[in-house]
Amino acid sequence: MNTAAAADSGHCDHCAHHHELQVNGLSVAYQEIRALEGVSFATSCGNTVALIGPNGAGKSTLLKAIAGLVPRSAGSILWRGVKVAQWHREFAYLPQREDVDWSFPVTVRGLVEMGRYSQLGWWRRWRAVDEEKVLEAMKSMHLEGLENRQISELSGGQQQRAFIARALAQEAHVLMLDEPFNGLDRPARENLAALLRQQAAEGRLVIASHHDLNTVADLFDEVLILNRRAVAFGPVQEVFTESNLALAYG
Amino acid sequence: MDDILSYPFFQRALLGALIIGFTNGCFSAYVVLKRSALVAGSLSHALLPGIAGGILVAGSLTAWSAFLGALIAALVVVLASLAVARSSRLDQGTSLAVIFTIAFAAGLIMLKYVPVQVKLEDYLFGDILNISTTDLWVAFGIGVVTLTLTTALQRPILLTLFEPSVAAAQGVPVRALNYLIMTLLVLVMISSLQAVGCILALGLVVAPGATVFLLTNSTRAMFWGGGALGAAGAAGGMWIAHWGEFRPGAVITVLLGAAFLLAFFFGPRSGFFRRTGG
Repeated sequence: MNTAAAADSGHCDHCAHHHELQVNGLSVAYQEIRALEGVSFATSCGNTVALIGPNGAGKSTLLKAIAGLVPRSAGSILWRGVKVAQWHREFAYLPQREDVDWSFPVTVRGLVEMGRYSQLGWWRRWRAVDEEKVLEAMKSMHLEGLENRQISELSGGQQQRAFIARALAQEAHVLMLDEPFNGLDRPARENLAALLRQQAAEGRLVIASHHDLNTVADLFDEVLILNRRAVAFGPVQEVFTESNLALAYG
Repeated sequence: MDDILSYPFFQRALLGALIIGFTNGCFSAYVVLKRSALVAGSLSHALLPGIAGGILVAGSLTAWSAFLGALIAALVVVLASLAVARSSRLDQGTSLAVIFTIAFAAGLIMLKYVPVQVKLEDYLFGDILNISTTDLWVAFGIGVVTLTLTTALQRPILLTLFEPSVAAAQGVPVRALNYLIMTLLVLVMISSLQAVGCILALGLVVAPGATVFLLTNSTRAMFWGGGALGAAGAAGGMWIAHWGEFRPGAVITVLLGAAFLLAFFFGPRSGFFRRTGG
């Protein structure tokens, strides 16, 4: 009973094995081009994982493939021991800055509310619990006072926080962020890093593609070095080595 | 001036203008957010050969022959441009531009063979004062279908417009919704044919949404605000046209254009003078 309650709330300090993400032999091809080949790794809630590799290594593709945004040509994904067919409600993908239509007429609140759509379906009425989750998510991302701002009227760090808040409103356990630190200045980067660590501490799994090799060790626990194939995966101290980087970056 | 309201033809025309203006105005929010103004422009030109073809096939001009002809022509132009874009190196904008111009020119040639006495100008620029009860029902039906579907499917449409790939991953039938929006676009443009004609139909289905987009951060406000603006512009245009003996379609379009310019220059959020500090 306790285990179930803990699992439901997303806090899994004592049940990490229930919250394992396993990626097995994942391949993605865009028409003739093989973007990813046989990528495998396994990690669990409570971790922050950096996804690094040269341009075109397939970092975005891997995140999108796990999130179900691009079709997988081979391989499987297991979440908590169960195979994920296409999309899982506990997975949230946060797009790269360039991929967002910032002029879209949506406020911070409107964006976070979208996180509830997957629970509400197309027609169900907005409930008290939806309201509660939205407010909670905005609060934990320190977005109070910004609710009615249009998304382009936010700073880079606030924009990232708004998208994370949407993922929290969705009650996601796995947050997949595409280059979240891109374009952030140092204070904003540190602020975002602290918030992501907090998410991991609360029992979520954070996976982020990242291109600044200098900050990997500061920001993440684990690292997946990628160049269409998985070059190396493991704790940053063990895997983030010159020789592994040379294998990926050439 | 007040007397005109007692004439049934004017009552019908005013009611028609309100329905058409409201439906087009609401829907224009989606046209703007989907960045489909160019497609709408092409469709507006495709309506002419559709109507001409409808008359040729049916033998006479009825609301239904015009409706079906325009629907088929619009779908043919959109699908043909998609097919050309997918099987050549041309993008859809270019192939649309080529195909809709050909379609429009073909429509002009077909008009010579149209047996009934058709005034070309009425199709190009609208003739709302002669709107029939059947036309009114068609406009009403299109309005009800469009507003019901777009309101009921608000969440998936919104997700699709904002983040198509995320929407698709969540199981939203993105492609089907895109086809639905295109079909509704054709329908609302056909409904505005009577009011403003095929050339000016574009203004009615783009300008209200574009105007409100400059003023608001909410899609809901854009939708209903666009509807209110479209209806106000259409009804206001009717009055001014009657008073000055202008063509109603032209006045309606100019009014909506004036509203757009006001929002562009003086909008409190992103108005030109706000931004330049002038």
